Amino acid sequence: MTLNRRSFIGTGLVLGAALSAPPLIGQARPRVVIVGGGAGGATAARYIAKDSQGAIDVTLIEPTRTYYTCFFSNLYIGGFRDLASIGHSYGTLAAQYGINVVHDWAVGVDRDGRTVTTAGGHVFPYDKLIVAPGIDFVEGSVPGWDISAQNRMPHSWKAGSQTQLLKAQVEGMRQGGLFCMVAPPDPFRCPPGPYERISMVAHVLRERNPTAKILIVDPKQSFSKQALFEEGWQKHYPGMIQRIGPDFGGNNVSVNPETMEVDIDGQVEKVDVCNVIPAQKAGRIAELAGLTGETGFCPIVPATMQSRMDEDIHVLGDATIAGDMPKSGFSANSHAKVAAMQVRAALTGSTAFPARYSNTCWSLIDTDDGVKVGASYAPTDEMIAKVDGFVSQTGEPADLRKLTYEESLGWYSGIVADMFG
Amino acid sequence: MRGALFPVLALALIGAGQAQAQTRATAIGDAERGAEIWMFCSGCHQIGPEAEISIGPPLNGIFGRRAATVADFPYSRSMTRMGRDGLTWTLDTLDAYIENPRVLVSGTRMSFDGLEDPRERADLLAFLRDFSDRPSNIPEAAPTARADLPRLSEDTLAIVGDRAYGEYLSSECTTCHQRDGSDQGIPSIVFWPQRDFVLAMHAYKQKLRPHPVMQMMAGRLSDEEIAALAAYFGTLTP
Ligand SMILES: Cc1cc2nc3c(=O)[nH]c(=O)nc-3n(C[C@H](O)[C@H](O)[C@H](O)COP(=O)(O)OP(=O)(O)OC[C@H]3O[C@@H](n4cnc5c(N)ncnc54)[C@H](O)[C@@H]3O)c2cc1C
Repeated sequence: MTLNRRSFIGTGLVLGAALSAPPLIGQARPRVVIVGGGAGGATAARYIAKDSQGAIDVTLIEPTRTYYTCFFSNLYIGGFRDLASIGHSYGTLAAQYGINVVHDWAVGVDRDGRTVTTAGGHVFPYDKLIVAPGIDFVEGSVPGWDISAQNRMPHSWKAGSQTQLLKAQVEGMRQGGLFCMVAPPDPFRCPPGPYERISMVAHVLRERNPTAKILIVDPKQSFSKQALFEEGWQKHYPGMIQRIGPDFGGNNVSVNPETMEVDIDGQVEKVDVCNVIPAQKAGRIAELAGLTGETGFCPIVPATMQSRMDEDIHVLGDATIAGDMPKSGFSANSHAKVAAMQVRAALTGSTAFPARYSNTCWSLIDTDDGVKVGASYAPTDEMIAKVDGFVSQTGEPADLRKLTYEESLGWYSGIVADMFG
Repeated sequence: MRGALFPVLALALIGAGQAQAQTRATAIGDAERGAEIWMFCSGCHQIGPEAEISIGPPLNGIFGRRAATVADFPYSRSMTRMGRDGLTWTLDTLDAYIENPRVLVSGTRMSFDGLEDPRERADLLAFLRDFSDRPSNIPEAAPTARADLPRLSEDTLAIVGDRAYGEYLSSECTTCHQRDGSDQGIPSIVFWPQRDFVLAMHAYKQKLRPHPVMQMMAGRLSDEEIAALAAYFGTLTP
């Protein structure tokens, strides 16, 4: 390709205008390729296919055949869900929506040639590309830990076998043993997630191993829904959970997976189970495609979810810098709908309505004790900014907490139907 | 006539012994006329010292009561949910409920079409109020003054929603509410009569219906957007 980027964008605009005319008989359909079939990618694929009614050729590239949702994976650890109930196949997207589901890894993006290459050696041309690869871990962020140690010290921050492993380790822990979590620094996927996980681990230990202890080492001064979690831990699991924040060395932690030791600011603790959740960055393919900035995440145009680096690419979900929006499945799903609408508008001339975003995150503290936090957001020129929000209150009556939990079950069914059809 | 006429004219509210900002309260309505309207209700509801559960729950002490809290009464799922969300019977929530029961509680079992005339409602409420604790007796009871709620104008109700816009906006709803109408944990919002949908959303917007998520979601929808959503969800094909 000899065109430089600028002249190429110019041509792209002309092309876009031509494409908004009704497609000519025999003319190839515009092509959208989506990398990553999670909360962002699957939703985008389904909405583009559904709403364009066959006018757009949609290819979804996703290596796993069964997507295990991270959301509710903590509930699986706690024994509230079984593994099958959080696994979802791409069958309906292929069968009912005509999406070409390719189980393969994207390994390269040629932005000038507008193609994606997969590990299997296939090349997929696109008119619009959507990149939604979730997160990867920042190497070296927890000294002593790397991906080769993930069996001894699981992260379980991508759901599936890792979640099964952690659950088995918690259940098999020696009586009176010590469970340790190395919590991640901001920004990371699912701000209340580590603390919901602590609640679920405590729930299991209270039943099976009541003399066990839980230690959280945390580089953050404060965390999401902190007052609610701390109240709940006090109430349901008194004396079991201790958290070491940055003032006491929670920000200076290294691990030794061989000896199962955790060094907290020079003080070495021997632990029985260790859940290391490293610092995070956008999924590696985003970096390879040149879509990430200094923070390791992808800057986007708030009104459209287009990459700031390339207007033919939209980035969704955890991989983005989404302003005030937390990295959640709900947020990724919300991003996807805006991007789907923008992509359709660009390729078929359908109407693009103004973007609106929202998020709600539910967490379970103990049986029937659910809490939630949420907000609505709108794009400004610089960022996606919070408009309004709410959070559960401490001291709420038990029946309201139960209702909140039941609501989360309804939400789960709703969002997976919204993603996978 | 049952009970005394509601005596409030201009009542200075005294909160916890110390004088607070004076709230002017006006009489709710004419309880005597309300007693006549009560005839429509008395087929199903009892009121007074001997009142018991019949087809509907007894309505003594209804003011200030959390919805769906009469023991042993088989409430609808919707009413139970509203009660747990925090719906409490006040002048404003009762008024909205009597005007159109389903606007406030979508799946209520009360088979009553609603009283359109605000004066008739006021009179009925004045009658019901006589069977609840009164601020003249209990200083800290909820004021009888009517909050001046912005009510829906006919113009707002007459807006014809843009279904295509509604379809786009609906994607924000379907993260939680299922398009196929299942309602485990999260209520169904499909196939509602459009007017009911519009009124329900405005009830959230005006914070008459409880539930913080819905108050937030509805809070940022314009009148046109609410109409568009009503048009879309009301006309989905199953
Ligand atoms: C324990 C835990 C609990 C959580 N609880 C909640 C919750 O209750 N509510 C909530 O809203 N969110 C929750 N989350 C967060 C939520 O899971 C994520 O925010 C969400 O999955 C982000 O969506 P995404 O599409 O950006 O990424 P993902 O859902 O991770 O999807 C990315 C996909 O891309 C694929 N991929 C990666 N690289 C490539 C490549 N090179 N080629 C092709 N495919 C690739 C991956 O296989 C993956 O399937 C939780 C997270 C965790 C860890």
